[in-house]
Amino acid sequence: MEAIQRTVKYEADLSPQFSEEIRHLPGGETLWQCIQCGLCSASCPLSIYMDYTPRRIMAMTREGFKEEVLQSKTIWLCASCYACTVFCPQQVEITHIMYHLKQMAIREKRYPRNFPIPVLAREFSTWVRNHGRASEFWVVFRTWRKIAIGRLLRMIPQGLKLMRLRRLPISVHSIRQRRQLKKLLAQMNGGA
Amino acid sequence: MAYVYYPGCSLKGTGVSYEKSLLATFERLNIPLQELDDWNCCGATSYMSISEEQALLLSARNLALASENGGDIIAPCSACYMILNRTANILRDDRTLRQKIVEKLKNVGLEHLDLSVRVRHPLDVLVNDVGLDTIRSAVVNKLTGLRVFPYYGCLIVRPGNGFDHPTYPTSLDRLLEALGCEVIDHPLKTRCCGGSLTGTLEEVGVRLVYILLKEAKKRGAHTLATLCALCQFNLDVYQEKAARKYNEAFDFPILFFTQLVAFALGANPREIGLEHHFVPAEQIFEMVR
Repeated sequence: MEAIQRTVKYEADLSPQFSEEIRHLPGGETLWQCIQCGLCSASCPLSIYMDYTPRRIMAMTREGFKEEVLQSKTIWLCASCYACTVFCPQQVEITHIMYHLKQMAIREKRYPRNFPIPVLAREFSTWVRNHGRASEFWVVFRTWRKIAIGRLLRMIPQGLKLMRLRRLPISVHSIRQRRQLKKLLAQMNGGA
Repeated sequence: MAYVYYPGCSLKGTGVSYEKSLLATFERLNIPLQELDDWNCCGATSYMSISEEQALLLSARNLALASENGGDIIAPCSACYMILNRTANILRDDRTLRQKIVEKLKNVGLEHLDLSVRVRHPLDVLVNDVGLDTIRSAVVNKLTGLRVFPYYGCLIVRPGNGFDHPTYPTSLDRLLEALGCEVIDHPLKTRCCGGSLTGTLEEVGVRLVYILLKEAKKRGAHTLATLCALCQFNLDVYQEKAARKYNEAFDFPILFFTQLVAFALGANPREIGLEHHFVPAEQIFEMVR
């Protein structure tokens, strides 16, 4: 027999600690100014691809739907363009709240594993931590090597053309003071 | 006035023609640009998604290095510009956090952090420091008859960076007019280009690129002028894919605004990096010759 699951969440299942944590992060308190008008979702160029629109993420975060929010694709689809933030009539710092949610999803390892955006963010940050500079070629290469090698193969024609145009350096450039940078960053919480 | 030049990683890679044309522009205007020694990556939006504190430290190191020279920082890439600015603003406003960051910087030998150093975009500098009158009188090759679609992208005017309107900016329009261009008015000036989505969820990125190209075509543009390495990259490199996917022909050279400025000020097309374009851009400059 198929297991039957409850489809409604009771208040007791919610995580008030989660919303409290957000409230205490920079800009997080502005979430309580939200009037659920939906201008964020309307102005968002990516809301048509999201599993929950930005307006819903704001409501769910405030109410404590921790799992749903941290496992959503929405927070990763946010391209940080700040359209929602500048259109919000209530000065809710939506983009920064999205950043806090991403950081929390990484810290608690709840991000969707095969979704390329958080994987790229991690590869990018690791590369920068080690070299002090980003490399478009290596970050994209390492991201797709982890998720889908096939995609890398399909990227070859475009990659070759970019190399011919001298726009895609493969050689690794690092800053001189790599050790200083590593030491500097190691002093603070690094997420993952 | 001397400026400290913070190139950012893109201008040394995919956005190499942005660096070439920016340097050519400032050379023509006799304004010295000194590259910040041993600068590190700003962290872009990716690092901010991983760790706020480390992202702040990354930018704080750059601000500390720039404090040694004094003078405003010029950051041409919109992500670098926004993130360096945001860090400086946060550290100016939040005393506790500032003390914490200053202490960490000192631990690794960075003694000096001067937060009066301002982070500027070259568009802001050209329009508000150099001034449109100076530029107008320095124009040698007037770009008469060139219909340009000004595209600002999202981050340069947000969130309230102060030098222009966050959804309907006009600085680039006015600069292009001073060069003699015919500037197209349109509602997508600050609409997102897709950012790094072309590298992750290609279909989504290509759709955002398509929306912009379609608007430019509808309004009869010859070219789009961009201000950010990533915007230029997406519109240029993914143009072919957008055309194929949406079954519509596009043939838009995507320029950096500095390529237009440098050319108008008399720079040779060889100095402004036209050889790096995906969609050939020479045709634009032959048009106005």
